Amino acid sequence: MLTQTDAPMTGHPLADTVARFAWLLPVLPLLGFLFNGFLSLRAAAHPGPADPTAASHDHGEHGDHGDHGAHDAHGHDDAHHAARHPSAGLVSLIGPGVLLLSFGLALAVFVAMRAAHIEEAYVLTLFQWMPTGKLSIDVALQLDQLSMVMTLIITGIGSLIHIFSVGYMQDDPGYPRYFAYLNLFVFFMLLLVLGANYPLMFVGWEGVGLCSYLLIGFWFHEKANADAGKKAFIVNRIGDFGFLVAMFLMFANFGTLSFAGVEEAAGGLMVGSLIATAICLFLFLGAAGKSAQLPLYIWLPDAMAGPTPVSALIHAATMVTAGVYLVARSATLFAVAPTAQLTVALVGALTAVFAATIGLKQWDIKKVLAYSTVSQLGYMFVGVGVGAYTAGVFHLMTHAFFKALLFLGSGSVIYAMHKAYHETHNHEDAQDMRNMGGLRRHMPITFGLMWIATLAIAGIPVFSGFFSKDEILTAVFARTHGSTLAEASLFGIPGTALLYAIYALGLAAALMTAIYMTRMMLYTFHGPNRTGEAERPHLKEAPWVMTGPLVVLGVLSLVGGWMNLPLITGGAIGPVELLHHWLEPVVGTGANIVTLGETPHLSHATEYTLIGTAVFIAVAGIAFALWRLKPAALVAAKDAPAEQGIAKVLHDKWYVDEAYDAAVVQPTLGVSRTVLWKGIDAGLIDGLLVNGSALLTRAFGWMGSQAQTGRVGTYAWVIVLGAVAVLGAFSFL
Amino acid sequence: MNNEFYPLFFSFHFYLFGLIALASALLFVTRKSPVAAALWLVNVMFCLAALYVMLDAQFIGAIQVLVYAGAIMVVFLFVVMLLNLGRPEDVSDIRGQFPRLAAGAVGLALLAEVMVLARAKFPAQIESAIPSGDLSRGEPGGIIGPVAELLLKDYVLAFELSSMLLLTAIVGAVVIGRKRS
Amino acid sequence: MVAESLALSAALFTIGVIGVLTRRNAIILFMCVELMLNAVNLSFVALSTLYGAAGQVFVLFVITVAAAEAAVGLAIVIAIFRHRQSVNLDDINLLKG
Repeated sequence: MLTQTDAPMTGHPLADTVARFAWLLPVLPLLGFLFNGFLSLRAAAHPGPADPTAASHDHGEHGDHGDHGAHDAHGHDDAHHAARHPSAGLVSLIGPGVLLLSFGLALAVFVAMRAAHIEEAYVLTLFQWMPTGKLSIDVALQLDQLSMVMTLIITGIGSLIHIFSVGYMQDDPGYPRYFAYLNLFVFFMLLLVLGANYPLMFVGWEGVGLCSYLLIGFWFHEKANADAGKKAFIVNRIGDFGFLVAMFLMFANFGTLSFAGVEEAAGGLMVGSLIATAICLFLFLGAAGKSAQLPLYIWLPDAMAGPTPVSALIHAATMVTAGVYLVARSATLFAVAPTAQLTVALVGALTAVFAATIGLKQWDIKKVLAYSTVSQLGYMFVGVGVGAYTAGVFHLMTHAFFKALLFLGSGSVIYAMHKAYHETHNHEDAQDMRNMGGLRRHMPITFGLMWIATLAIAGIPVFSGFFSKDEILTAVFARTHGSTLAEASLFGIPGTALLYAIYALGLAAALMTAIYMTRMMLYTFHGPNRTGEAERPHLKEAPWVMTGPLVVLGVLSLVGGWMNLPLITGGAIGPVELLHHWLEPVVGTGANIVTLGETPHLSHATEYTLIGTAVFIAVAGIAFALWRLKPAALVAAKDAPAEQGIAKVLHDKWYVDEAYDAAVVQPTLGVSRTVLWKGIDAGLIDGLLVNGSALLTRAFGWMGSQAQTGRVGTYAWVIVLGAVAVLGAFSFL
Repeated sequence: MNNEFYPLFFSFHFYLFGLIALASALLFVTRKSPVAAALWLVNVMFCLAALYVMLDAQFIGAIQVLVYAGAIMVVFLFVVMLLNLGRPEDVSDIRGQFPRLAAGAVGLALLAEVMVLARAKFPAQIESAIPSGDLSRGEPGGIIGPVAELLLKDYVLAFELSSMLLLTAIVGAVVIGRKRS
Repeated sequence: MVAESLALSAALFTIGVIGVLTRRNAIILFMCVELMLNAVNLSFVALSTLYGAAGQVFVLFVITVAAAEAAVGLAIVIAIFRHRQSVNLDDINLLKG
């Protein structure tokens, strides 16, 4: 199947290199999935300690914790302490192993690509998929600088998270199933970023959605987890509808669905083209669903019901960034649709602020990170929305580093908390920050690394997040003059004004990011410990298989910014704009259209002011949090009073879920129940069509049976009358 | 029977037997007693046999007398007597006023239709055609020769099958009519 | 003569039909059917004077079938009479499924 590499692009600089084997990149995780999935099924066939149902009772006890109304959808994010799965050893080898092999191959391809300096993408056509009429869709992999970056992130971060999972999930009865899903996810994610056309990307897009669903509901025997999975799946369908419509429009107008073909067609369109705008808006609907933007972000916080490494890999580092990748991939198309771009940037900025406000008042450590993720994704959309595709992808990458680190760090904390509670048979919530506090004494490594990530996400200079965030904000500012965006308008508001507003929103989000992240660190690691007297001795640092990946991610969060130092550093601390030059062949055309063909230049004074503002905002946020928040005053979750006023509104997430429930879910249910079920299904289909036709048949049958008297006399009459009629027809007609 | 020499004699007898047949049929259908009805039917059959002979079908005429009038109708009479149905009061046989009127109307309609069809669909020479004895001319045994020729050559399969049919009918009649023990 | 024969045939046939429609006695009904068969036979014979001897051959077959029919039919009448002590067709509705 996938081994048919019969039609490689000959003559391409990469054709004779290791890139020929790029098809192995997704195939390796697929093999891992098949293997682990087989082990999982085999275990299921022999009920025993490994049977998931055997653990449900155990879990049920643990699920009965004191819920303070704060954790509506998350489940117990921890191991079940059932007997270890019999195949665990083999799975631990295969699961991360295939990822490491894939990562190694990705590195090799990367080295080859660096050496080759390719200008156009290397398309590896594996086989024909849908040859229909004018449209022929191939299963083809596209290797270029953008997909390379994504592949490295996915396989690299993916490997680290796989390794972390070996420790985190070690006692889970569904161990092979977990790794099977994780491997399958990586397969689909690689398909998503490596596919050379929109339909193949859509396959990956749907595939990761499936794996997300499976992994959110991994502990499906608790209803809240299964519901969270369903919510994610259903909300994503809305976005997928947009993606599909966009593809139909592309085919109808361009006659092609390959990236190269669409880019070529888009290059020939006028700036402001209506069809490009329509396609882009529909694409963005898809991106907003997958990447949790307003108004479709609601599934992502609930997705925290899955195991924490899953949150790190799928719901922070890779899958949720697929929307950003989609926009960057369609750079040229978006560049000719400035209205759509403004929409993307505005939605991104609003999402960034909106999610950050909610993050301010969450008590669940993973919920804080979840809203932080939504907020940072908004940032990325601001970046790609204003045509600063490099900045967006750069932030995607640094975010993958520090957010994966934060999630894995929180996983490590939860792991320790849960172990402690499990030892003492306490059923407190292991994810509530009010039950933590002072963990720096017990988990020094996690503590240090998470501070690195926090400073990175807050935007403190030298850390990676500073550079990427600053680049986005600078780009927004630079686009206010001399770009297609400034000349365009949205709802009658001129682009320039909108860009200033987006910039201000970005700053506001940055301020709040600094505050809630510092808050999270303070409450988790500083101040007195609130876990409980009996539990305190059991709080321990996680094993090295878990802290090891954290260290690697810590280093990356620290130095990740060096991949794209701003021009203004002038090469003093390293080569500048590495990523920018690297991505130039892919997104350069689109970026050039947006900036009217010129390299945007802000004066050094302006740029220093911008950087200074950003740094000031970040420092101010952290300082404010340190000044105002008193971890010593906090009480454990079971004793905590309910929030009041605005704090309650924020804690309850602006009541968006409730609003959606009232505005969308209940009406849908109502219409389904009264009109569709009682009216159409029971009334029209069952009543009229099914029973009605039966009644009609029975009526005709009754009439026929009445004619059958069984008396010869009647039959004689009928025969004679029939004969008279037939002869009459012959003689008089 | 050769009408070339006695046209009036021939015509007279043809109409005579025809009218007798018609009257006998009417009497047959109006008799309450099955025995009387059967006897009137026998009369119809005799008249028809006479008409057959006049229509150059001497063999059929003979068969009509032997089989129909002689055998079949006798079987009918036997059954009537066997079941002791001779007294008409036993069976409320004839239907009421309305069915009879309706049957009459339907019968008239049928008659009209058949007459119309006979005039419309058959060639005009039927009107004036007079049997001339052509069929049997030159044949030493009269009409029997051509009939035998057809019956035992062209229709020999049907002939054999009809013998099978008769055999089956005999067996069937015996089986059905047998007294169950 | 052929035209007259056909007219007589039609008349006899109609009388048979009316008999079938107005009588209830199974045996009379059979006789009416015989009358109808005879009417048809007359047509065959009359037309054979114009179209050849095949019509007469058909009459032979009709007589054969009539004989068979009478035999079986009367056997059935006897069987039914044994059961119901009646040959009134209105008493017999075994044909009703």
